[in-house]
Amino acid sequence: MSTWRRHAGWYAASAAIVVVFLFPVYWIFAVSLKTPREIFKFPPAWYPATPQFNNFLVLFRDGDVWSIWHSFVLASSSTLIAMVLGVMCAYSIVRFKTGGENLAIWIISQRLLPPIAIVFPIFLIYSKLGLTDTYQGLILLYTAFALPYVIWLMRGYIQEVPLALEESALVDGASRWQILWFVVIPVTRNGIFATAVFAFIFSWNEFLFALVLTRTEVITFPVQVSQYFGAQSTFWAKISAMSVLGTLPIFFAVAAFQRYLVRGITLGAVKG
Amino acid sequence: MRRGGVPPPHSGGQSGDSVASAAVSAESASVQAGDTRLFKYSLIAPATFIMVLVAVFPLIYLIVVSFQRLSLSDDITSFSGFVNYARILSDARLWDAVFHTLFITILALPIELLLGMLLAYHFLDDRPLKRLFVALLIIPSVISPMVAGSMWRLMFDDRYGPINQIVSWFAGHRVSILWTIDIVWAYPAIVITDVWQWTPFMFIILLAALANVDREQLDAAAIDGASGWRTFWEVTLPAIRPVMMIALLIRGLDLVRLFDSVWQLTRGGPGSATETISIYAYIRGFQEFDTSYIAAVVVVLAILFSVGLVLVLKRMAIAR
Repeated sequence: MSTWRRHAGWYAASAAIVVVFLFPVYWIFAVSLKTPREIFKFPPAWYPATPQFNNFLVLFRDGDVWSIWHSFVLASSSTLIAMVLGVMCAYSIVRFKTGGENLAIWIISQRLLPPIAIVFPIFLIYSKLGLTDTYQGLILLYTAFALPYVIWLMRGYIQEVPLALEESALVDGASRWQILWFVVIPVTRNGIFATAVFAFIFSWNEFLFALVLTRTEVITFPVQVSQYFGAQSTFWAKISAMSVLGTLPIFFAVAAFQRYLVRGITLGAVKG
Repeated sequence: MRRGGVPPPHSGGQSGDSVASAAVSAESASVQAGDTRLFKYSLIAPATFIMVLVAVFPLIYLIVVSFQRLSLSDDITSFSGFVNYARILSDARLWDAVFHTLFITILALPIELLLGMLLAYHFLDDRPLKRLFVALLIIPSVISPMVAGSMWRLMFDDRYGPINQIVSWFAGHRVSILWTIDIVWAYPAIVITDVWQWTPFMFIILLAALANVDREQLDAAAIDGASGWRTFWEVTLPAIRPVMMIALLIRGLDLVRLFDSVWQLTRGGPGSATETISIYAYIRGFQEFDTSYIAAVVVVLAILFSVGLVLVLKRMAIAR
């Protein structure tokens, strides 16, 4: 009886914790489904009385959803390039100790650099080269930001590949490239997918560089949301609907790769 | 040091295959060593090139700009000495921003660590549905910080947000706090948003660390009659310290560069009362166009930051 009660207490506490932490998420979803009149009701309505999708339709009608598309193109292209180059680099570092300790440390130090330090020179250079507000410009940046992360995580996954597998392939006459492609990549497949998902999320969420370097052509969804906060008017309906659209893909990605989450967010420092 | 030698050293002759491989590699060792050198450097070349292009090259250019005079009114690209650097010490707004950033960090980091630890202990034992709870709890940490800022901006709205409503219930009368506008409440709003978003991050790392603590040591401490507190201080904490330090380091570095969520909540206002270092630099550089001066500021801060980071890392290495 008392153990049952202790269990009930644990579940009640756990549920309460989850409710507290997810309430802001619930709230932005609820606001996105309210009518404009209901959004500006006082005192606030705790749930949408008549849920409707008009706030989302407005985003499509006004063309604001293009920002989601831009974010998708930028995040997926840079993730793809960073994965290809990053896996190659990580394999070289693990298998041949290329560059020794120094290269590995230099790579991780890239990630410690505060972005504000390079946003100014990059803005000046990009303005001169006409690279602001272009896909190429931002893909180059996001690839460079993702690379240290990809290399560092993939380094951990490749270290776990049994050496015997590669040796036997070498004996069978496989070339080095073939070993990388037919042995190492298939064995680390899960790690590769997980790393790619987190690299994608970081690019998807990036704000400062997008704010400085995009105007209209490739404006990303975080910048779009930030622009709704005006001095006189605050477009709550658009803020909430756009935030929901920009957050849903991340929910699916994380749900699918939850097992790799700890390793992913700690740069592989914690194996989870 | 293993360099270039093709079959890794421990492929010694245990089976016929390895013997054959040793023979083959001895025969063409020089050819393969040449191959491998080309191979290993062509693997790292593209990635290294991109990182140098985006990180090293701009840093050099940043230093160049800091010695010029580029601003809204000037467009002087010739060497101008240390005029920009000379202004830094007397820039009260800058040092306020540094103070704000450290203030937020000192408030948020211990709260996140403590709450994360409590949550990790709460969810340590395996029970049905535990995985579901943990998965739901991690959601705030994967949301875009910019979206998190927007969410809490809506939550904190004095009329249409739910926070003042909830506070009113507890207070027993109508409360109308101007969370993101009133200087007294802006900091709690920023810290609450950060704690909400990153406590789950601390929690999930500490949970993984606690789950890896050696059970036998804990049992041995229990048999010796050690209290829960003593066991925590003398067995658990030393075991999880390296992981905890990494978590604190990652969070500390994030807080020092804090921008997105504060930008959504207060835009650095009222006035410049909640400007973090990043927000200060953004506003001064991109809205007031004091380009060369801000370049000098960033150079100085980057040096201070690097020195501080090296000291912290050294301490961490010793603590291990």
